[in-house]
Amino acid sequence: MPALTLHPLLKHALLALGLNTFIAVALSAMDQRHLLANMVFSHCIGLSIWAQIELAQFWLISDWNHQWRRLVGIVPVAVVSGYLLGTLEADWLLETQSFDKLIAHPREFMGLLTMSLGAGAVMTYFILSRRQLAAEKQRAEKALRQAAESRLRLLETQLEPHMLFNTLANLRILIAMNPASAQTMLDHLIDYLRATLSASRSSVHTLQQEFDRLQDYLELMAVRMGTRLQFTLHLPPELADQEVPPLLLQPLVENSIHHGLEPKVEGGTVTVSARAEGSLLHLEVIDTGLGLDPALAAPGGNGFGLSQVRERLATVYGTAATINFVAGHAGGTICSITFPCKP
Amino acid sequence: MSLDTPTALIAEDEPLLAHALTIELQTVWPALRIVATVGDGASAVHQALTLQPDVLFFDIRMPGMSGLEAATELAERWPTDGPQARRFPALVFVTAYDHYAVQAFEAQAVDYLLKPLQTARLQKTVEKLKLALTPPAQSAMNFEATLGQLRALLGHAVPDGALPQGTLEPLKVVQANVGNAIHLVPVHDVVYFEAADKYVRVLTAEREYLIRTPLKELLPRLDPQVFWQVHRGTLVQSTQIAKVLRDDAGKMHLSLRSRPEKLPISRLYTHLFKAM
Repeated sequence: MPALTLHPLLKHALLALGLNTFIAVALSAMDQRHLLANMVFSHCIGLSIWAQIELAQFWLISDWNHQWRRLVGIVPVAVVSGYLLGTLEADWLLETQSFDKLIAHPREFMGLLTMSLGAGAVMTYFILSRRQLAAEKQRAEKALRQAAESRLRLLETQLEPHMLFNTLANLRILIAMNPASAQTMLDHLIDYLRATLSASRSSVHTLQQEFDRLQDYLELMAVRMGTRLQFTLHLPPELADQEVPPLLLQPLVENSIHHGLEPKVEGGTVTVSARAEGSLLHLEVIDTGLGLDPALAAPGGNGFGLSQVRERLATVYGTAATINFVAGHAGGTICSITFPCKP
Repeated sequence: MSLDTPTALIAEDEPLLAHALTIELQTVWPALRIVATVGDGASAVHQALTLQPDVLFFDIRMPGMSGLEAATELAERWPTDGPQARRFPALVFVTAYDHYAVQAFEAQAVDYLLKPLQTARLQKTVEKLKLALTPPAQSAMNFEATLGQLRALLGHAVPDGALPQGTLEPLKVVQANVGNAIHLVPVHDVVYFEAADKYVRVLTAEREYLIRTPLKELLPRLDPQVFWQVHRGTLVQSTQIAKVLRDDAGKMHLSLRSRPEKLPISRLYTHLFKAM
């Protein structure tokens, strides 16, 4: 671990040394002073500035993502004080009186200071860009990990064994009883499985596709639940091409069935609808089931794939998306999602 | 009733699957007469009590009352003493997915079937059922075994992924809202917990509190040596129980040291009480 923490520090030190040497050589080429003297001055001043910047950022910047702007204040202060300190150090080493001369000739002092400020800026830019690169890499890795996790969870919820085996059990009897409807059911199952597997890989599909997949799922459930399940899907044609994260509504419809209608002896209705209002798209899942589960609707409540919907909305739309749970007028639950339409 | 025409009741909420089971049973066990097919747990209990079949096929996941709850309720209300006493039906649970370790069912009083049903597996179950229905002398033992297994199954019944995983902190104080205040009640002051609709009543010697945490979530956080479950909805601190009485109908009740209420004891939990 110490080798890792020393690594960037050592790099910065080497950079400072290189920069100092360059400045000393440049100065020697311009004025008549001795190269060695320039070297000593340049390194004393450069290393003082560098040390102060490193110390200040160590103490004052703990969160680079939000506090990097503090460098704008740190660098000039460190440059001025580092310049004065470095001059005193060099004076002491070479037994000269440059510091007094500086005070006596403010114009020359300003010129040298400007050059130091420039060097400081170069150094800061280098540090910052390295930091930003590392942070970006970290962010990208985190996003990748999150995507993989949510893909797995989506698969897990969609391929819930209870749903799968019950569907297969229904198919098994339908094959003997009514081969035609067995085929229809199998087709829905195939589309449903294909959608589930590909949704975990693509990041977007159209609202039409979303509603088609909901239809597959609801048709499957309707075979299983018989007359206990009625459903309506309402998608205005002008919204069919809107893009949404794939199977975004699926967990909500599943909640309606699983927690609202399946446990209710007499069953009920699920209605899924989409409408545009100005620049906002409203998607609604309404059921006449058992009603609002307080644990589910609580803010941050992570019941049953709901947290996953929240997360996906946040990833794609940030704070522009909202999700709301309210009790329906006639019992049951209304879940609505709102986010900006694409023009 | 008689072995020549054994009767069965099917409780399954998916109509096609109920139909499938009926058809399969007809081929595998032609003598069996299906006396009723119901779609929810409450109807299953009602019909079973009315029709008193020999065999029950209960789907585990059903609306209203799960198959397990229905079986428990039925065991509670089944006449085992007196003139109406009947042998408790052989239970077969049907499930699409085994949340419960399948081994828990093997070679026991209660059988299980996995959906989709497979004829060979159903055949095995039928053989077992025929055997179970043959020696009537064992019926009392069968009932005890059934109760024991229901108890074990209820203990395992974890709702799908709803509960947080991992070890839970033991509960030390119960925090209950009373008006604007939150009252802290040490667990050892609680005489009993009782499930009441959407709340749980917490009763101490002096007063009563209401909390929203369901019994199911409290249970794993309480010491089973200290708090005994005596009914589906009742947890009693064992040292608070004064005595247990059996009434004429064979039902058991307990009385408490520091509260006047008499609490009914479920048949499932009467095994807790026996003289040393």
